[in-house]
Amino acid sequence: MIAEIGHFALILAALCAIIQCVLPAIGVWKGWSNWMQLAPFAATMQCFLTLVSFISLTLAFVRSDFSVSLVYQNSHSAKPMIYKLTGVWGNHEGSMLLWVLVLSLFAYFIALFGTKLPFRLKSLTLSVQAAISSAFFAFILLTSNPFERLNPAPFEGTGLNPLLQDLGLAIHPPFLYMGYVGLSVSFSFALAALILKRVDAAWARWVRPWTLASWIFLTIGIALGSWWAYYELGWGGWWFWDPVENASFMPWLFASALLHSATVAEKRESLKNWSVLLAILAFSFSLIGTFLVRSGIITSVHAFANDPDRGLFILLILFVFSGGALLLYAFRGNYITPENAFAPISRETALIANNILLLVSAMVVFLGTFWPLLAELIFDRSLSVGPPFFEIAVTPFLVALAAILPLGASMPWKRGSAVSALKQMRTALFAALICGLIVLYFQQVSTWIAPIGLTLSVWIIGGVFTDIRNRIFPKSASTSVILHRLRGLPRSEWGKSFAHSGLAITIAGISSITAWETEDIRNATPGDQYQISSSYSLRFDQARNEQGPNYISTKGEFSLIRDNAPIQKLYPERRFYPVSSTSTTEAAIDMGFFRDIYVVIGDIHSDDSFTVKAYVKPLANWIWLGALVMSFGGLLSLTDRRYRIGRSHRQMAATQLSG
Amino acid sequence: MQGLKKRRRIQIAVTAACCFFSAAALIGYGFRDGIEYFRLPADVFAENPDPEELFRLGGLVGEGSIIQIGNQVEFNVIDEQNAIRVEFEGILPDLFAEGQGVIVLGRYKDQLFTAVEVLAKHDEKYMPKEVADALKEQNLFRPPDDG
Repeated sequence: MIAEIGHFALILAALCAIIQCVLPAIGVWKGWSNWMQLAPFAATMQCFLTLVSFISLTLAFVRSDFSVSLVYQNSHSAKPMIYKLTGVWGNHEGSMLLWVLVLSLFAYFIALFGTKLPFRLKSLTLSVQAAISSAFFAFILLTSNPFERLNPAPFEGTGLNPLLQDLGLAIHPPFLYMGYVGLSVSFSFALAALILKRVDAAWARWVRPWTLASWIFLTIGIALGSWWAYYELGWGGWWFWDPVENASFMPWLFASALLHSATVAEKRESLKNWSVLLAILAFSFSLIGTFLVRSGIITSVHAFANDPDRGLFILLILFVFSGGALLLYAFRGNYITPENAFAPISRETALIANNILLLVSAMVVFLGTFWPLLAELIFDRSLSVGPPFFEIAVTPFLVALAAILPLGASMPWKRGSAVSALKQMRTALFAALICGLIVLYFQQVSTWIAPIGLTLSVWIIGGVFTDIRNRIFPKSASTSVILHRLRGLPRSEWGKSFAHSGLAITIAGISSITAWETEDIRNATPGDQYQISSSYSLRFDQARNEQGPNYISTKGEFSLIRDNAPIQKLYPERRFYPVSSTSTTEAAIDMGFFRDIYVVIGDIHSDDSFTVKAYVKPLANWIWLGALVMSFGGLLSLTDRRYRIGRSHRQMAATQLSG
Repeated sequence: MQGLKKRRRIQIAVTAACCFFSAAALIGYGFRDGIEYFRLPADVFAENPDPEELFRLGGLVGEGSIIQIGNQVEFNVIDEQNAIRVEFEGILPDLFAEGQGVIVLGRYKDQLFTAVEVLAKHDEKYMPKEVADALKEQNLFRPPDDG
């Protein structure tokens, strides 16, 4: 019964979406305000019905109702409850249901929080948003119905893939989806504003918080995914330039670009045209990402379904929405209000450079991701594009981006001077170069990656401090003035500082781990003790077999030894799951602020020895710590006063008057 | 003012063009190292790849061919008629087994393939797409059993 309720609610939600798409649009066109008023109501209904549908599916999973085909395939009564829950979106159909749930949730939020938006713009935005959800409802109902029944109902489910039973894996898709789908709001706003010919500073102010929110979710989602790969896959890597990872990285790059260009549009009335294009592209890349993941067209460690029909449908959605939007942009782009001029050395220019670099990186990633497909279509050659390609072709642009960041961030709007900017930043620059030289001199392996990366990261952090200092410590100021200024500094400034510092922390982590990671592979027998790096040794205490809830494990017990004193016990495991006859590797990680020790154990050999792999990974956790700090910065910026409803209304009126 | 705006636009276009050209150059350079061709054992015998070239060798793991010597493991990657000996130092991925599809990344020199990576896929039903396609052509492909 519950499945039928869910299915029925889904169909009703789809009808709501169609109503929400068509009627308000006609209302806007004809000027019928009562038709436009339907939009927020339909959005609320659509969201409610989708939620009902999603809850029904969740209940089916919780109750292990194996008469529902999806539950049968993806769940098992022996699964822990938390993984029954997360199993709802751990498969194609369920994840698409989550996708439309988030889509309709965002539409509801527009209806809820957008009370101060111009009525016509709001109605049309909701209408565009509903057009997107209609397409995805059609996709679910026609190609991937999650509520399909089985008759007779099987007694037990088959979904016990042990690798998928992990919290990091289970919770990162919702974050990524919030990010992907959040970009649909910017897209809908861009389209509505283009149709109504009102792309102005106020538009940028409305779009920015939504972009910021999705950027935060994307950042967290990508970081969680990478962290999961790091500790769960047991390969010791944290980023594989895998198509699925790239699928989330490209929208992130676009969202970052849009965040920066929308600032210019909002504050300086420049780059409006460009921001609209970016909003369209950002969501298009979300759709491309969905296409990549859902069609399984490019082999990937994450590949789920390999169903050409589904891929084709998403490709069609992508084609209609992105193609339509770009066409509209081509016709309406010249209606955008005039833009302000600025000098060649100014913050505007710096932000344009930021945008160009981010976009070029995204394009390179895009090419590398799709090259195997193109090569197969054009040259009929089966090939893969490996990490070396991305490392060579993407890194230089990101390095350039980091190098100009502090200068751009402290540059005044409209007209600045390179000399005075450098003069302002001399301490930071000096500190960064000194740090680079120290690293270059003292490091034990010869590589340029770490000196450059750490120089950049000190440079960015130094820049952040210099910037804040200049704002709150004017020359010869009293303490009260400083305190006043400190309090007066808008949250968005703090947000920017935190986000940039987070980037610096991540850069430091990535460059250290890339440059200095050491790896030790050997055959070890219990009782062995050996050095794995200049300061650490491992002692293989014992190995034993253990019986887990649904697996048999070979567990090694190791002591991590520093300066002849054991500091930590490590228990790497190799688990065998009889039900699915698969085994998994559970790495043992001693996490530290300055380094991770990462130990993996292999199968037992005939002479009772084991292959043991041990890594020392300097600053590993900084990669994810940085992402966390970045998203915290985004959150601070999101709570900035100017996005709060009452205030933005007044400011909006002001800009409308002055504009 | 119009003149200034136009000039600015040209400057931006030129900068962007420079970026794209350097991107193109880097892409070309990156492709030299980053492209890994996929080959079956038959392809390797038909045309010996350069000993320096990093490529992906795909096929099935030969039954009874796995030998462990210390932390070195050796096995055969086979297709219909050919077998190539592969050596690898390290821990084999979770889903590695005799008779299963496999992709190894490495270099081929003197009749021996030295793998730097054995690619793992975390789905028990999963057969690497390239392997499945190539083996289907040779009629060696068995659809993986469900469950």
